[in-house]
Amino acid sequence: MANPIVARITLPDRARRGEVITIRVLVRHPMERAIDAAGLTPLPRKILHRMRVTYADEEVFRADLSQGITANPYIEFTTIAVETGAIVFEWDEDGGATYRREVRLVVT
Amino acid sequence: MIHRAVAALILAAGVAAASELRPSRDFLSPELRALQDDPSRHPGWLWVEDGEALWQRGERSCQSCHGGIGSMAGVATRYPAVAPDGALLNLEGRIERCRTQQQNEAPFGTESDALLSLTAAIAQSSRGLPMRVATDGPAASFIEQGRRFYETRQGQLNLACGQCHDENAGRRLRGDVISNGLGTGYPAYRLEWNTLGSLHRRLRACSLGVRATQFPLGSPEYLALELFLASRAAGLPVEAPGLRR
Repeated sequence: MANPIVARITLPDRARRGEVITIRVLVRHPMERAIDAAGLTPLPRKILHRMRVTYADEEVFRADLSQGITANPYIEFTTIAVETGAIVFEWDEDGGATYRREVRLVVT
Repeated sequence: MIHRAVAALILAAGVAAASELRPSRDFLSPELRALQDDPSRHPGWLWVEDGEALWQRGERSCQSCHGGIGSMAGVATRYPAVAPDGALLNLEGRIERCRTQQQNEAPFGTESDALLSLTAAIAQSSRGLPMRVATDGPAASFIEQGRRFYETRQGQLNLACGQCHDENAGRRLRGDVISNGLGTGYPAYRLEWNTLGSLHRRLRACSLGVRATQFPLGSPEYLALELFLASRAAGLPVEAPGLRR
């Protein structure tokens, strides 16, 4: 199951082999804080409880998130550029939904 | 006589001269300022991207009349503005009017994600440009209304806006630094809200803070105040989408 997700993934278009690259991931994911105030509508509790990043057939990053996580979570990590190909980002949400995004990295 | 002189001094101190006003970003912590400047980390850009997509959506899209969203550069510096029919419109109001009158669509509704996104995208194309709202002609009476609102003590705490935002700007309140209250960063992503929100939502929080009447989003009171704040900000840069605590 691959649903669309609003994410801003920032990484360099190209990198040299062996270079350490920084990857920044910002995901649109609403949350409310159970505060009863006018204008706030209750949202079901659906936490993106896991983010997995796969690159060159290998899991390069994984984060387990819990209910302490902010809305619209931002995650930054680094990895080593090894080959040209897709970096795959996957998120598991409470309730079983999985989201997936791919970004291509060119390695020279 | 002395009393009168003292009273005049206090009044003069009540509203800072335009030259003393500093852009809102100056009051942010270095970390928040860096975040506000970095689209790869600023969650407000999630809404900007959405707004840019909305700009092109539909048969009678915004783009079909206005061209690319880049053509909106400078527009946010001129709002709020008085429409030909005499209504005072802020950027949100202008978008809603375009939507109902030109696009024949239902309005998005105040504080809806769609309206916030489109407003953020349009305001973002003016980012860094100096504010320059019209203050003469039909706007003059609205400015006066806004000024009166700004200078009037309100609520159970009996505070006027300037008592915080002019006399105590730069000092701390509830763990945050008091700014000059210019509103140039709105719609802004407030960490407290966990989302993007309008200036009027922020003003409601201000009203609540001094335990005064909270006016509805888009009310004439807040619109006039928004215009007055924008006139105070003349020459200072648009920061939208801002990042606030």
